[in-house]
Amino acid sequence: MEKNEIPVLSLTGVSKRFAGVRALTDVSLDVRAGEVLALMGENGAGKSTLLRIVNGDHQPDEGHVELDGVPVHHTSPAAAHHAGIRVIAQEPEIIPHVDVAENVFAGALPNRGRLFSRAAARRQARQFIADLGFADVIPVDALGRQLSPAQRQIVEILRGLTGKPRVVAFDEPTSSLSDHEVDILFALIDRLRAEGIAVVYVSHRMKEIFRIADRIAVLRDGALVGVRPAGETSEDELVRMMVGRDLDAMFQRTGHEPGEVVLSLEDVTTDDVSDVSLTVRQGEIVALAGLVGAGRSELAKAIVGDVPIRSGTMVLQGKRIRMKSPTDAVRAGIGFAPEERKAEALILDRGVRDNVSLASLRRLSKLRFVNQRAERALVSRFVDSLRIKAPSMEQHVRKLSGGNQQKVVLARWLAREPALLILDEPTRGVDVGAKAEIYGIINRLAESGTALLIISSELPEVIGLADRIVVMKDGRVSGELPARATEEQILALAMSENEIEEEAS
Amino acid sequence: MKATAEAPEAELAPQAVPRRSGVRRALDAIGVQNVSLLIALVALVALIGSKHSEFFLLSNIEVIGTAIAVMGLLAIVETVVILLGGLDISVGSAAGLGSVVSAMVFTHSGATLGILAALGVGLLAGLVNGVVIVYGRVNPVVATLATLAAYKGVAQLVSNGRAQGYTGTDAAFVFIARGAIAGIPTLIWILAIVALIAHLVLRYTDLGRNIYAIGGNDTAARLAGININRYILAVYAIAGVVATLAGVLITARTGSGQPVSGSEGLELQAVTAAALGGCALQGGRGTIAGTMLAVIMLGVLDNGIILFGVNPFWQNVARGALLVIAVVIMQLRSGERRVGMPT
Repeated sequence: MEKNEIPVLSLTGVSKRFAGVRALTDVSLDVRAGEVLALMGENGAGKSTLLRIVNGDHQPDEGHVELDGVPVHHTSPAAAHHAGIRVIAQEPEIIPHVDVAENVFAGALPNRGRLFSRAAARRQARQFIADLGFADVIPVDALGRQLSPAQRQIVEILRGLTGKPRVVAFDEPTSSLSDHEVDILFALIDRLRAEGIAVVYVSHRMKEIFRIADRIAVLRDGALVGVRPAGETSEDELVRMMVGRDLDAMFQRTGHEPGEVVLSLEDVTTDDVSDVSLTVRQGEIVALAGLVGAGRSELAKAIVGDVPIRSGTMVLQGKRIRMKSPTDAVRAGIGFAPEERKAEALILDRGVRDNVSLASLRRLSKLRFVNQRAERALVSRFVDSLRIKAPSMEQHVRKLSGGNQQKVVLARWLAREPALLILDEPTRGVDVGAKAEIYGIINRLAESGTALLIISSELPEVIGLADRIVVMKDGRVSGELPARATEEQILALAMSENEIEEEAS
Repeated sequence: MKATAEAPEAELAPQAVPRRSGVRRALDAIGVQNVSLLIALVALVALIGSKHSEFFLLSNIEVIGTAIAVMGLLAIVETVVILLGGLDISVGSAAGLGSVVSAMVFTHSGATLGILAALGVGLLAGLVNGVVIVYGRVNPVVATLATLAAYKGVAQLVSNGRAQGYTGTDAAFVFIARGAIAGIPTLIWILAIVALIAHLVLRYTDLGRNIYAIGGNDTAARLAGININRYILAVYAIAGVVATLAGVLITARTGSGQPVSGSEGLELQAVTAAALGGCALQGGRGTIAGTMLAVIMLGVLDNGIILFGVNPFWQNVARGALLVIAVVIMQLRSGERRVGMPT
């Protein structure tokens, strides 16, 4: 692939930290004209941060980015866009009230003088879409809100190809596309390659990677593990590179007998998931595996009463219950640490104390007055036992690292002593050391009899922690696997096109 | 669930807490915002006092104290509403409505019933705000902007736009307006008691802590089991009650029920005091102590404007400017990126 001496896009020694957590460490990477570079890595390995630095959303703390051999310092996505860098987001940003033409040309509408001509825009959009091969899947006149998830994704892709792109980065572009649309996309990528555009392709899907990529770069814990030509590597090697560390050292699971059934769902259907049945027992860790968007977080929100259950039954500790709100769920003994801990779990401008005691205040109060001494004792017990590193218990949690923030959320629920604890991506954005500690906390909880339902997209984590693995796909349970299942078994259930009956369970 | 508390002893070494000087700790306890307010207040007092020594007369200080009572009450409940993440700009109109109702019911049924009726109307007005916001899904600014107009209209309708009743000879109203307990005017007592209750509830009860939590992150509060709808309804209802209590004070001070003249523009002063006192308008941050300092400062400023013989129309300019300056300082300190509409 040595078509060109100077790479189109080149990163040298790029490092980035967020609130003390290392997101990227000394990454150097070239993308050449006319090649497709695949970027792989587990969730949290730093792929998204890397893309954000490329498109000017973040500035690197160290190192620099070069475009055609010239150092660039893009301070905003608009500047990077102008320079020809396009990062196509995984979550499409669609303007709901305007048509496809305006969505595609958002920010660069064709105009006469200062007047905007809708007819001209549509004509141009129709031509553009036809040129790129998507004419039969995208109606130009449709409004943004009428588009299906796949069509939204395609609009996002089309938007990235307007103007004169030099570098196009796709972030998991196929997660919502059908096979047919994937074929069109890959034909398009082939064309971009032929036109000498540098393409970066982020995906978890091995098949796609081997079908489209020229070279494959693997990130792990924010560092570049290596770059391999696609023809000279294998799935096994890539998985080894991605996982890398000695997993058994992180998960010391002592097998133990699960007790009574704590949670049992039967044919639970909500707006996002259908006919989900599963059970979690005392002292048992059940992992919910599946691809992003499989409906796992939505199921968790239904269990804690945050979104309504439309049909099916939920039994908690032998009693059939109906949740009207999370208030009911907490009272019934369910704790929930959501995926977006900053947006949904933490009060960033309050101290560790307030955040930890949040769900236990009623218990600590007499005549509504909080017993401050009991509160401090409770909080300090969990700050110590979870080893939350903070200068004091009044430290605002905004200032803590990701791992310590997650421990604060865990401490909140440990203090409440729930019968069932649901953790959604408990180690996302957490450094390796804190990860190991969180696994230890989870195991101790299980040993003390708490029922745990853990949502995780990191397969090594799922395999290392779980007593049982429930795999979801498209809002349904696609299978159940025992502890020590293999990544392949989980992925097969998570990605299977048709319902394959699981062999393992 | 016991095992979770047990960690290896060796790792339990208490975190070294850096010793800090007494001054530094005192500063932390008061808060940077309040220290700057105190400095501003002292500077203002020094400026006014150096030119007009009558500023320090006990009688003048009583004038300031009684003048801020009405606005202070509104600023206190505004603080609670803002801490919760909302805003209530209908409090001025609700006070006017309270004033009219208390005077009109007084004329028929006496002072006690007059005051109770006013507070009852306030409860209703506040609940309407809360219901429109929670169940109508209307942004609090828009909802209370609407009721700001509506409650003023109701006050004018029931009173025909005129002052109502004459409470100037009623013992209860006279006691509120000009009485004193232990040498301190009743109006100041009322303000101080309401401020103290608000302070204690916010600082020491689970209710107050949950209000801070909801204002800081309502999703987190909801998922932690707090019934946030109930809090929003209750806080707006209380805001209505305290606003009409302020209306009762207006009636007492002026001797009659005033639909508009005693209360118009008070909502601006209440929001200004809360913002100056360190409330983040996004919610979750602020204290009653800070708000009270700001209320005193606004009172001193008004008094100074009169003592210096400045055209009193400057008062509104000064209040508007102070509100913007206070919010600008808060926002700059929060370090928000200067892109697009502020949050």
